Amino acid sequence: MIFSLALFGALALVTPLLTKWLGRRVFAVIALLPAAVFVLLLTWMPGVLAGTPVVEIVPWIPTLDIALSFRLDALALLLALIVTGVGALVLLYCMHYFADDEPALGRFAALLLAFAGVMFGLVTADDVFILFTFWEATSVLSYLLIGHYTGRKESRGAALQALTVTTFGGLAMLVGLVILAVDGGTTSLSELVAHPVTGAAGEWAIALVLLGAISKSALVPFHFWLPAAMAAPTPVSAYLHAAAMVKAGVYLVARLAPGYADLDVWHPIVIGLGALTMLVGGWRALRQYDLKLLLAYGTVSQLGFLVMVTGFGTRDAALAGVTLLLAHALFKATLFLVVGIVDHAAGTRDWRKLSGVGRRMPVIATIGIVAAASMAGVPPLLGFVAKEAVFSAFLEAVAAGDGWAWVSLIAAFAGSVLTVAYSVRFVWGAFYSKKDVADCALHAPSPAIAVAPGLLAAASLVAAFAIPFIEPLLAAYADELPGSHDYHLALWHGLEPALAISAVVFALGALLVWGRQRVARLQAAVAPVLDSARGYLGIVSVVDRVAATVTTTIQSRGLPGYLAIIVAVFIGGLGTLSILNTSWPSEIRLWDYPAQPFLAFVMAVAAIAAATVRQRMTAVLLVSVTGYGLVLLFGMSGAPDLALTQALVETIVLVVFVLVLRRLPKQIAQRNPPVHKLARGIIGALAGIVMGVLGLVALGARIEPTIAEGLPALAIEAHGKNIVNVMLVDIRAWDTLGEISVLVAVATGVASLIFVSGRTGGAPRLDHVEGLVNRRDRLRPVPEPAWSIRAPRTSLADTAGETDAAGEAAETRQTWLLAGRTISPRNRSILIEVLVRLLFHPAIIVSVFLLFVGHNAPGGGFAGGLLAGLALVARYLAGGRYELGEAAPVDAGRLLGTGLLLAAGTAAGSLLFGGPVFESAWFETEVPLLGTISIGTSTLFDIGVYLVVVGLVLDILRSLGGEVDRQEERQTADDGDGDFTTGDGEGAAYREGVEHADGAEYSGGARLPNPEEARR
Amino acid sequence: MTASLTLVVLMAVLFGAGVSIMLERSLTRVLIGFLLVGNAVNILIYLMSGAPGLAPILGEGVDPDTISDPLPQAFVLTAIVINLGITAFMLALIYRSWWLAQLGAKGDLVDDEEDMVEDAEEAADLIRSSAADDQAIQDLIDASDEEPDEGLELEASARDRDDEEGRP
Repeated sequence: MIFSLALFGALALVTPLLTKWLGRRVFAVIALLPAAVFVLLLTWMPGVLAGTPVVEIVPWIPTLDIALSFRLDALALLLALIVTGVGALVLLYCMHYFADDEPALGRFAALLLAFAGVMFGLVTADDVFILFTFWEATSVLSYLLIGHYTGRKESRGAALQALTVTTFGGLAMLVGLVILAVDGGTTSLSELVAHPVTGAAGEWAIALVLLGAISKSALVPFHFWLPAAMAAPTPVSAYLHAAAMVKAGVYLVARLAPGYADLDVWHPIVIGLGALTMLVGGWRALRQYDLKLLLAYGTVSQLGFLVMVTGFGTRDAALAGVTLLLAHALFKATLFLVVGIVDHAAGTRDWRKLSGVGRRMPVIATIGIVAAASMAGVPPLLGFVAKEAVFSAFLEAVAAGDGWAWVSLIAAFAGSVLTVAYSVRFVWGAFYSKKDVADCALHAPSPAIAVAPGLLAAASLVAAFAIPFIEPLLAAYADELPGSHDYHLALWHGLEPALAISAVVFALGALLVWGRQRVARLQAAVAPVLDSARGYLGIVSVVDRVAATVTTTIQSRGLPGYLAIIVAVFIGGLGTLSILNTSWPSEIRLWDYPAQPFLAFVMAVAAIAAATVRQRMTAVLLVSVTGYGLVLLFGMSGAPDLALTQALVETIVLVVFVLVLRRLPKQIAQRNPPVHKLARGIIGALAGIVMGVLGLVALGARIEPTIAEGLPALAIEAHGKNIVNVMLVDIRAWDTLGEISVLVAVATGVASLIFVSGRTGGAPRLDHVEGLVNRRDRLRPVPEPAWSIRAPRTSLADTAGETDAAGEAAETRQTWLLAGRTISPRNRSILIEVLVRLLFHPAIIVSVFLLFVGHNAPGGGFAGGLLAGLALVARYLAGGRYELGEAAPVDAGRLLGTGLLLAAGTAAGSLLFGGPVFESAWFETEVPLLGTISIGTSTLFDIGVYLVVVGLVLDILRSLGGEVDRQEERQTADDGDGDFTTGDGEGAAYREGVEHADGAEYSGGARLPNPEEARR
Repeated sequence: MTASLTLVVLMAVLFGAGVSIMLERSLTRVLIGFLLVGNAVNILIYLMSGAPGLAPILGEGVDPDTISDPLPQAFVLTAIVINLGITAFMLALIYRSWWLAQLGAKGDLVDDEEDMVEDAEEAADLIRSSAADDQAIQDLIDASDEEPDEGLELEASARDRDDEEGRP
């Protein structure tokens, strides 16, 4: 079974491709699979009937006791035969129903085949959660199939209604199944039926599961989605909404009946709603002009009938129920397929416009009449056999004094009268020549289209005579229920009460047909009372409106408004809780050491000042005060790693901030503050107070000893003395792996936002600047004018147009940096150049040192990477973007990728040796200067962290630094010469140089549109 | 567990100041507020180590009982670096939105009024379209219901049917 299911899935996946190649003939190919499964099931039948179900189990989630378990017993076999048999025929029918140019034919074929597989899985699944998964999958596939005509409003509306209703029921069912599984201690459906869950839990669980079943099988009050679903193509209606999917609810009722039919909630739901549905559906079917809707309401009626009979709870009723199930699948699928043919041929299925169809399409008409007769219960067809069995079963129960039997009997009787009447209406409407209607134009379909409905109709007839051979399969299930095994299915039982009832049913049905006009008037008068579709529409529209109102009210004021509401909820919720709280810390110290309050005071003042100043740069500097304050706080209270990292990060943040802010206006604009200033202050103050109280409460609420006591031992075990670092790279390495993944994402995001396209690569290199081809020249600091790089000059003395003496002096000065001459002479500082030149390499060495000693002393990958990043920051600040490119001549993305790969590789590497993820291994060695170090997998991991951090800083610098520079220069150049003090010739040469460099740097990459150009 | 009141108060002040700035409309201010809140939260996590001790580094002769709780430190260290990443990302966002907004004169402000109108229209559209879909299928179903004033033709044809059919 599992193999068959996998085949269904695989074939469905390739079906769209096959369709491209085969067109509509693909249906013939994919129909082979359900047909093959049908045959396979037949070969299993003897074993199943002998009492040994076919069972397949593959463990899936052992901790939740969920397994891919499938069990094919008699009931499952019957359903599976219907699903695969009707499925194969419907697929075959599709080949003639659709044209090759049908839009989305591949998708349709794949979905229909997938549905067949899912439905097969549903009826054979033994694990309740696997059953539920298939259950919901049928809902989703049904949604997609109903909505096949995506452009039609009614298709979309119908699809969504079906999905909403069945999913609602499905969720209720899931809750019920969870209760059953937990209370029953097993997820096996067969076990749960054999050993039923009783008591209140059982009642609730079954009520919820039945809610799912009745929503799926379109019982009142959920019946309205099924007629709406007729917006689907006819094969879908025939298969999903007649033979297969809607039977899922009936199947579940039949499946549970042996164990749960005597619960208190069972009969009111199953019989009460079943009887009501049967009458409501039949009543409305009698009113329809649209043949397909007539069948849809008829299906609703029959589904109510089926649920009522199969859920009745006696052996005879169950036998009648499964017989009816088989009969209904055969005749209703046939009828839908016939309507599809008529619709195709005549272009309408409104019987007011149909006339003379039967005369000109006799084969189709015969098939339709046979199926309709089976629906009405006319002998000698399977429908008659089933209905006889139903009446006999109910009569017997009435005789036994069962109260519900009366309800069932009367409903079955009245419903059958309606069924006869609408069956006649169908046949007459579809096939007969109406006097006042002109014969409609028919374009005859290929005769082959009649094969599928013909076979199904023939089955209705043959099965009635072959009933002794079919009975063992049906009885094998029914015998699980209480009751004598005397009753046997047969076409002729002799003159008995059930036959009399059938006769009366036919008579009354004929009366209804004869009194057609009076019935129609009556129907028009009372119909709206039973219309729950309007209720659904009302509920949906109210929900829509409430959702829209709530959303637009809460989220209407932009980011500040959102945040204000979020913070207000935080204050209201956690504030209330902290007022009610009783666990306060046992002891409160004013401070840990005397310097603490002083530091805290400075930081607090800086924070409040940052909240009030209007200048961006000042605010940023004030925030930095709090950041550097943290460095001191951490450093003075036993957290050297934090102090080191915080100091490095704070510096980089400050620089990056300045890099961006230099481009923004100095003053922070203020216009219509969305949250009033005072209100902002109050919200902020309250949030701060709540947070403070929370901090105290959190400290006071802690009763268990910290797990820190075990950490030193773990650290030693991991060959490290610095516990914080060991935690990062070993004990909690998963966390760190997640974090560096975030960093990679952030770096990519930053680059993507700044470089509009083509964000890969490193910072620009000098090689790309013309006039500096000789590698040796780059390494030798020589006195040479800065402009020579941008605009080659004939000689050193050629300074025509240069008027700025200081600029000239700077220009010819010796440079200390590789790309020092690429920046404007006036922006160069000899002091900085010298410092950076002297400090860069030591800083890199120290960063590597930090990386390797991190395991035993303050440092590690983060600190090392940040220090290396800071060194790059210095190079960039002193020498500009080309200097950055020379300092780190690598692609930032490669650094990030290598780092992440190294870290993840270390994590996964241990798997190759059979260990768990992140298992560590070491070797110790003596290294001069560094002392004894253990090089292990965690060291490799830390190197990965180091590379990611360096890559992040490099990406930030080349984006927010280099690229922003380039955009600014370009804009300035475009703005004209006003900003330059140099003469026209120089200015032009400069621009040329810049543009040239640009072209080389980012070949093929689009740039941010220049605002100046855009404005023009 | 014991707490240093100074740090709790400092954390509350940073948090409050940060939140009040975050409620402004300028993205730069929001980012400044974010940094303050980030620092405040780092202090909060750090507070959970209780009384500070020696650095959690197991050197010669260090008694494991006298060191600070290393667990919050590991968390904070991670948080600090993530803060750097988020800050850079928000700065890139600010720069980008400034660049786009430069065409107008809005700077890095986000305009709420337009948003509100757009949101309301979008919501109304969604409701309209889903209601229209539902109504379409409902109309289709209603159209198929037989109305009694059309029953006259049926009366005539019903008799024919009985004649021709010969079925019960």
